Amino acid sequence: MADPMKIRANAMGDKVIVKVLMSHEMETGQRKDSAGKTIPAWFIQQVSATHNGKTVLNAQWGPAVSKNPFLEFRFSGGKAGDKVQVTWTDNKGEKRTDEATVG
Amino acid sequence: MKRWLIALFLPLMAAMPAFAQDGDATVKEIEKYRQALADGNPAELWEARGEDLWKKKRGPKNASLEQCDLGMGAGKVKGAYAALPRYFEDTDKVEDLESRLVTCMVMLQGFSYDQARKNPFGGPDVKSDMEALVAYVTSASRGIKMNVALKHPKEKEAFEIGKKMFFHRGGPHDFACATCHASDKQRIRLQDLPNLTKQEPAQRAYTSWPAYRVSQGELRSFQWRLFDCFRQQRFPELVFTSQGSVALTLYLAKNANGGVFNAPSIKR
Repeated sequence: MADPMKIRANAMGDKVIVKVLMSHEMETGQRKDSAGKTIPAWFIQQVSATHNGKTVLNAQWGPAVSKNPFLEFRFSGGKAGDKVQVTWTDNKGEKRTDEATVG
Repeated sequence: MKRWLIALFLPLMAAMPAFAQDGDATVKEIEKYRQALADGNPAELWEARGEDLWKKKRGPKNASLEQCDLGMGAGKVKGAYAALPRYFEDTDKVEDLESRLVTCMVMLQGFSYDQARKNPFGGPDVKSDMEALVAYVTSASRGIKMNVALKHPKEKEAFEIGKKMFFHRGGPHDFACATCHASDKQRIRLQDLPNLTKQEPAQRAYTSWPAYRVSQGELRSFQWRLFDCFRQQRFPELVFTSQGSVALTLYLAKNANGGVFNAPSIKR
């Protein structure tokens, strides 16, 4: 089971700024281990975010994104107390969803 | 090579032309890079995992660490790190945070001494519970001034041992900590080396550890910092939570007294 994300969401005027930290190895598939064997690729492929159930962000990621990625985005129409949900899916099919309340 | 190199070198390359005339410009560019990283420091992931580990019932005695006395009373975490290392009566030893955590894991949770000291540092295949716990405990001292006491005779003794270790030259390179860290404006490649014999740089350095190392994708504790300094000096391996490592930590922590603790931070 993957570690939880850290999500901060804050309303600024009519916009909500969301900052997400994800815990993931993000292995490119290009590196070799100490025995010289290729370390298999393992990275987040899909990221989506919803605001009160409505999708506000959809992203396709690749192996160029760093380990333990940090994502910041903003959307309009949100206010304090709303729910923001973020989900990622990696190339092994593993999934993680976490939720935050807009402050 | 790992992909972080690209991220690291971009801001550095931008600073290169200026570097020849003005070393300060380079330092400023590195500072910008650090600031860009500071928002969204992955150390928070370690802090969160550490908090879970602190509260989780584990070990043969199925107990949490919530009754662990870090020097401020049982279970008090806030500000504890800013006063460590210190003397503890129950073990009759001076302990730093890591060795105190080992003590608590043995006494409260019933782990064996070796189990408690397993995986002190995380790596490609191992997650270190110790580094997560360190992240959690140290984060509770953020904003608090370092105030290491030097009252108990054993604390004074450890300070003197630490000081001696700091200036002791040895190994195949005839090196001491002081070789790099006792004069101003020293550098290793592009990294500035703080003069740890002066108050201000000593405070700045000590209060910024533990830190998330971008180049390693790991959170690193102060024990790791000293361990790696010893490796860089080609000294014999510094044994995790050994008396020597605690003494050297106490010496450096005491020199940082008065500095505002601000870690876990983020470093290149």
